[in-house]
Order: sequence, then C-alpha cells, then structure tokens
Amino acid sequence: MTSSALTDAANKTPEGIARRIRGLSDRTIAWIFVAPTIFLLLAVNIFPLIWTIRLSFTDFRVNRPNNEVEWVGLRNYQRILSDPDVWSTMQATAHFLIWTIVLQVLIGFTLAYLINKKFKGNDLWTTIIVFPMMLSPAVVGNFWTFLYQPQIGLFNYVVAFFTGADPASFSMIGDVNLAPWAIVIADTWMWTPFVMLICLAGLRSIPDSIYEAAECDRASKWRQFWTITIPMALPFLMLAVLFRGIENFKMFDLVVQLTGGGPGNTTTLTSIDLKREAFERWRTGYSSAYAVILFVTVFGLASIYVKALNKVKER
Amino acid sequence: MSFSVTEPSVRTKWFAGLLVIGYALITLIPLVWIIATGFKSPSDSISYPPVVLFEPTLEGYVNLFTDRTRATDQMLEEAGPATTWYEQIARDRGTVISGPSRYGERFLNSVIIGFGSTALCMILGTMAAYAFSRFKVPLKDDLLFFILSTRMMPPIAVAIPIFLMFRNLGLNDTHLGMILLYTAVNLSLSVWLLKGFIDEIPIEYEEAALIDGYTRFQAFYKVVLPQAATGIASTAIFCLIFAWNEYAFAVLLTSGNAQTAPPFIPTIIGVAGKDWPAVAAGATIFLVPVMVFTILLRKHLLRGITFGAVRK
Repeated sequence: MTSSALTDAANKTPEGIARRIRGLSDRTIAWIFVAPTIFLLLAVNIFPLIWTIRLSFTDFRVNRPNNEVEWVGLRNYQRILSDPDVWSTMQATAHFLIWTIVLQVLIGFTLAYLINKKFKGNDLWTTIIVFPMMLSPAVVGNFWTFLYQPQIGLFNYVVAFFTGADPASFSMIGDVNLAPWAIVIADTWMWTPFVMLICLAGLRSIPDSIYEAAECDRASKWRQFWTITIPMALPFLMLAVLFRGIENFKMFDLVVQLTGGGPGNTTTLTSIDLKREAFERWRTGYSSAYAVILFVTVFGLASIYVKALNKVKER
Repeated sequence: MSFSVTEPSVRTKWFAGLLVIGYALITLIPLVWIIATGFKSPSDSISYPPVVLFEPTLEGYVNLFTDRTRATDQMLEEAGPATTWYEQIARDRGTVISGPSRYGERFLNSVIIGFGSTALCMILGTMAAYAFSRFKVPLKDDLLFFILSTRMMPPIAVAIPIFLMFRNLGLNDTHLGMILLYTAVNLSLSVWLLKGFIDEIPIEYEEAALIDGYTRFQAFYKVVLPQAATGIASTAIFCLIFAWNEYAFAVLLTSGNAQTAPPFIPTIIGVAGKDWPAVAAGATIFLVPVMVFTILLRKHLLRGITFGAVRK
C-alpha cells in the first residue's frame, strides 16, 4: 500500500462525513460493531430460551391456543424425571455417547498417529478421510438406511462376505439388538475424522527435541509413547471428546433419518424424544421442561469437563 | 536430508501409509456407493448381490427432476414420439413426464438461504470480531463466552419458542426467517474464528494507517479487511457448509415454500417403493459441492471445526 493511495483515500471522504466519523470514539465504534451480533443472538437464542423456561411451568399446548393456560409449577419437571420412558431414552443416549466417543477416540488417535509418521502423500489422504464429516448428516443418514437393507444393502453384503452369514438373516436397523450399534457405526464413520484432525494437531505440537532427549536417555519407543506422546496430546484429545460429547448429546439429524428412533424405542435419543413430545404430541409445556433439563445437563457437564480440561492443560 | 532420530524409518512410513490409505478407501465406500447408485437403473440398485459393474443410466437424474405418470396407450399416442432424451428415458419405463419435480426448487432454497445467511453472518461477524479483537469492550470475556454458549443449545430445545415467535411475526416457512435463524446459529462460529484471524494481523498496520490520517472505519476496511481476506473466506465456507447441511430447524420450521434440500431428499419416493437411484442422484448433486469446498478449506479445517481453539 503506497502513501499516495492512503492520502487519496483520506481526501476522497467528504469533509462532513469524515468529521463525523472521526468524532466517534473507539468505545462508540466498538458498541456499533458488537451490538447487532448481540441483539440477534438475544432475539434468536436467549429470548426463546427464557420463553422455554416460562412455558415449562405451564400446561400450554401449541395446537390448542384457545385453551386457558394454567400455571402448574414444577409438575412438568416431576413428571419427566419420574417417567421411565425418559430414563430409557437417557440410557439410549448414554450408550450412543459412550461408544461413539470410545470408538472415535481409538480410531481417530490411531489414524493421527499413523499420519504423523509423515509418509508421502499424507496430506492428500487426510483430506479424503475428512470428507464424511463435512457432509449433511440427514442426507447421509438417509442413504445409510439403504446400505443397511437386508440382502440388497452393501453393509449386509460385506458382513456376509466376511462372516459367511446370510445377508438376509439380519437387519441392522430393524433388529432391537443391532439398531443401537447401527447408529454408532454410522456416527463413527462420519465423525472419526474430526477426532483425527484434533489429535493430529496435538501430535504435531510436540517438539522433536523432547523425543531427541528421550532417545539420548535410551528410553524405549514404548516408553516414549506413554510418557511423552500421550500426556502431551491429552489436552487435544480431551478437547475432541468435549466437542463430540456436546454434539452427540444433541444428536438428531443423522439418527432420526437412519432409524427414526426405532425399532421400539431402542434408538430414541433424547433429542428425538423431545421432538416427538413437542411437535407430534404437541405437549408444549412438558417438552419445554424437557428442553430445560437437557440444556442444564449439557451446560453442567460441559463446564465440569472444561474445568478438568484446564487442570490437565496447566500440568 | 540429514539423519534424525525422530524421523520414522522407511518401513514404518510404508506401514503407516498402507493402514491410512486402507482406512481412507473403506471410508470412501459409502460415498462412492451414493454416486454410483445415482447412475444405476432401479433394478440394478436393488439387485442381490449388489452390482459393482453396471450399465450407467441417467434415469435416476431424470426421475429426480421430473414428476411422471403411468402412461396409457392412448396417452402415448396423443403425446407422439419422445422429442428429448429425458422423455425417451421416461417412455422406456412406460411413463410420461408430467412436469418438473420440486427438487430444483428445494435446491434453489438451499442456495438462497445458504448464501444469504452466510453473507449476513460474515458482515455481522467481522464487525463484532474486529471490535472484540481491537477495542476494550466491557465484559469482553463474558460476552465472548455467551456467544459461544449459544452453540451448545440443542436446536430442538429452542425450536418451540422460535416456532411460536416466527408464527407471530409471519416468518414461518419464509426465506428471511431461515436466513436470520441460520445467521444467529452461525454467528458464534464466525465471531470466534474471525477474532482469531484478526488477532494475528499486527496492530501496527492500523496504527500506521491511523497516523496517516485514516479514520477507524477506513483503517478497518482498507487495512484490516484485505489482510483478513483468507480468514474471512474460509470462515464463510464453514458457515455456508453448516447452513447447507442443517436439518433440524429446516424440518421443523419449513414445510413448502422455504424448505431446503436436506429435509426434502429423504422424502423422494418413486412409483413403486423407494426410488433409490433418484435419492442417490439428489444426494450426489447436494454433497459434491461440499466435497469441493472441503478441498479448498483443507488448510483451515482444524481451526474451523474447533472454533479457533486449535490453530496450527
């Protein structure tokens, strides 16, 4: 940028406007810049949240707007927490959450570890591995139902090819025992690259000099892995778990397209249950209380976790 | 290259490379299968065992973009011989094309809402990020955390009041409503990412500009914006991909007018049972642009998915 361009630009601004703009203090500009964002977030996030909390104490139903709305206090909360169906969806969510995180961390970290060996063309393959994670979960989930079809589905065929079982003998999304694993497999396929990318950053952040020092001290590769690689990559690994945890706790699109919560209620995760209560049974007050409970749970667990994460980082 | 104790041996590299490539190929199978199914005939798509080699046809794409009705002999006579290749494909199946399907519309909705919300999100996000990066904003950390926390909310949890609010404002099932909604959802990502990118631009550039007589606004759009161009572009692609892929709000708040492609594609049904080639064709057209964007983004991927928490 040349100084003549600068002065040109300065001179082009009409005198009146220039004075007015110059007159604004940094503080005013800061507010002008920040205000629209904060306003929009208040309108689309905080205002609805407060409204949800208010509704959660009533028996309001969207599909019956003319009914008198009654204040029911904590009754909705009591009902939800004592409802065995809600606890079974919580269990389904926990199963999904734990297994997706375990598998994704194991596979993701292994991949990152291998990619970090810097073989030729590792950048290209990393990009290819990342593809599934960038795609629309609903569209991909819908297609996975096709892959899981008994007999004609590719997944069943591949499993049959390796195990010798009859590809028509099992249905991943129709069987009560297999459906919870069907969603775990699809989610793992989709999101392992996410964990991989974060782990890769962690591994790359470890300076070579530490390994060189360990080599001088004749530490074995095995020992180096457990005393250098793992502890130094741990904050990254925990960050990946945090992100996956929050995302999968909210999981809706992939699973609703894949199984729709069935068969029975075996894959009804909390978000899917909440959607049914709110938009199919139209129990607005009840589902608002449900939403509040979910939000408090996510927020609570996340903040406890972040504290733990910060402790690990400090070490 | 000099010898180093930390450089893996050639054998290790081969081994690692083979495993990673093996995983990559397995992970690609479902995607390849989507693209391949789009070019299969309906009978090939549901054959057992699944066929890998097949005669490609554009039938899936024709079915995706058109509505067809079963043709009686009388109708065929009246319509005369097929004049276009896509009509010929329909005729071969004993159907006539009765009009365009709604896929084109839905795809266009995705484009309008995706680009609209991304543009708005970038304007608001850049301004807020600049202010957070350069000025003393009261309660800065609290505000930034508040912005981030909006992302933790399950979409279904806020969908009820948003549904009620939109209904009162007449925004239900409108492009404007969806654009505002996606902008709000994406703002947390854009503010956090852009703040990181702007933080990396040396403040001295602006100070020099200010000394040369630039106003704050001029310094912002003549010095900072060009410097942050790469960051802004990659943040924009992230916002676009998110809006493009979003499903929960779209399925709850739109039904006809402003429905985007993700809720529409799973509802594609053929004449007899699910028309998988058409579904796959719809998915292919929808997913391939994202893959191209992913390749463009590869240097900033990590930063984008972690909200700027991890930078390389």
